[in-house]
Amino acid sequence: MSTQTPAAPAARRPADPIPGRIRAKRPPRPGTWISAVIVALLVLGLANFLVTNPVFDWGTVATFILDVKVVQGVGWTLLITVLSMILGTAIALTAAIMRRSENPVLRGVSWAYIFVFRGTPVYTQLVFWGLFTVIVPKIALGVPFGPELFSFSTRDYFPAFWAAVVGLALNEGAYLAEIIRSGLNSVDKGQTEASKALGMSNGKILRRIIIPQAMRVIVPPLGNETIGMLKTTSLVLAVPFTLDLTFASNAIANKLYAPIPLLIVAALWYLAITSVLMVGQHFLERYFGRGFDDRTGGPAAKRSRQAAVNRAGTTPKDSLPEVEL
Amino acid sequence: MTTAPQNIPSQNGPSPSPDGAATAPAAGPASAAGAAPTPLISLEGIHKAFGDLHVLKGCDLEVAAGEVAVLIGPSGSGKSTLLRCINQLEEPTAGRVRIAGVTQGYAEEHLADGRWQKLPSAQIARQRSRIGMVFQRFHLFPHMTALENVMEAPIQVLGRGRAEAKEAAIALLDRVGLGDRADHYPSELSGGQQQRVAIARALAMEPELMLFDEPTSALDPELVAEVLSVLKELAEGGMTMIVVTHEMGFAREVADQVIFMDDGLIVEQGTPEQVIDHPGSERLKGFLASVL
Repeated sequence: MSTQTPAAPAARRPADPIPGRIRAKRPPRPGTWISAVIVALLVLGLANFLVTNPVFDWGTVATFILDVKVVQGVGWTLLITVLSMILGTAIALTAAIMRRSENPVLRGVSWAYIFVFRGTPVYTQLVFWGLFTVIVPKIALGVPFGPELFSFSTRDYFPAFWAAVVGLALNEGAYLAEIIRSGLNSVDKGQTEASKALGMSNGKILRRIIIPQAMRVIVPPLGNETIGMLKTTSLVLAVPFTLDLTFASNAIANKLYAPIPLLIVAALWYLAITSVLMVGQHFLERYFGRGFDDRTGGPAAKRSRQAAVNRAGTTPKDSLPEVEL
Repeated sequence: MTTAPQNIPSQNGPSPSPDGAATAPAAGPASAAGAAPTPLISLEGIHKAFGDLHVLKGCDLEVAAGEVAVLIGPSGSGKSTLLRCINQLEEPTAGRVRIAGVTQGYAEEHLADGRWQKLPSAQIARQRSRIGMVFQRFHLFPHMTALENVMEAPIQVLGRGRAEAKEAAIALLDRVGLGDRADHYPSELSGGQQQRVAIARALAMEPELMLFDEPTSALDPELVAEVLSVLKELAEGGMTMIVVTHEMGFAREVADQVIFMDDGLIVEQGTPEQVIDHPGSERLKGFLASVL
């Protein structure tokens, strides 16, 4: 009832510079307790199910979680994920910039690339890249219908691993191109104008001013796509590339006739890798968020920045006019 | 000089007659100045249309080196558009912009069929790099500190070394009174501080002239003075400046010539005494009554 206790406590705490500080009791929140009890019961039930159900066979999980083949599979999966995301991002950035170009030929090429690679299943594409050395056994440079200057056999330079990486990267690039394009468009037009007024060339404006600011918007969905890619790598058996985590754990499962424990092994590893990737994303977000929000993040830093603005003695109502987008 | 005024029909029939009389003295000095040394900036018959919207309807203006010209007029009168034509952020639909006698954006000689030869973008960028511009909304690069903002163009455009650019940038930030804010990001600066960094950023290119597009309009009233004092110092230092502003006190104190624009035309032009204290046209009187 009485949530305010005026002046009285001031006697007990003479140091308090604020007279009549409000001491309030929270309103009761029974919902928190009820939900806690329900969730606790469900968790106990789940734990009981996991421990007592023999299908899970935790002994086998423990045996194989650090199996050489599995750990190697984790390595290959991680390598394919990282390489195909780097290559895919490079392709996507190129496609997004071409899409914004004044050159209609480049715009058309970019559109066609996105149309084809976004419009067909990644599995189909991976099968195609696996068969690439059969479809295109030899690449030759020469005059069309004329003499050949130089040629090499694709089989020698395009093993299954690279077919998997290129296949995933080209598919991913088509999706990322749209993400990057919207990121580039999200940067205030005033930034381009200010750079132009300084005499910067279009290439430098893009590289120095637009892309670094667009990254702030691009990184969160890029992180999402990376985690998606991690799991899409399980499709590389279509190439066929057979050393990744899913294939390695399936192979063991088939040998032992124990599918469930090895699914759990694979799932735990995917979760672990995802956690690591999330940490990476956090640092990327912090780097590209510089100048937009606190580099150190916490509320203390926010207060110190506000203090700095206040100290300047010229605080406008809106101290962040550059942030509005 | 330009044939465009005939091509573009006058849209508001009744008004041109008083305008014509008012515009005549403005055109007068321009033609008389032909004998004098080349003005740093000369605008000849500038028209600008955005689709059907005819924003500039034939503006002539000359600004000599070292002169401060202040553009005043109601919003929508075309002041900012005229300013943006000077550094080619807008392309004039008709007319010619010359800086130190050099046509901006196009080759000096027209093609045989009468078309103008547009310059390649690298050359346009070079022309722009000689003209500093300060925007109403500052447009600082938010991902760079104040110092990096000022260093960026000298390094990227003029090819200066980092150490040299840094030294010059620190000197410029000191000059605008922000030496102690060099490592702050724009989001950590007040509006007035941001605008002063933006001025330092433009000055870092050592421009021949500076354009100011309502530099104090986005600022809270108590922050206007700190920016205007930087402008005043620049003017006293002999910088050629064109300033679009609503600050009549500043215009009166600093301007060599005041240009009143209305409805896409330069209506009156002269010294601050002539234009602000002894307005000729009813439109200028009305405008001054609304801002003073």
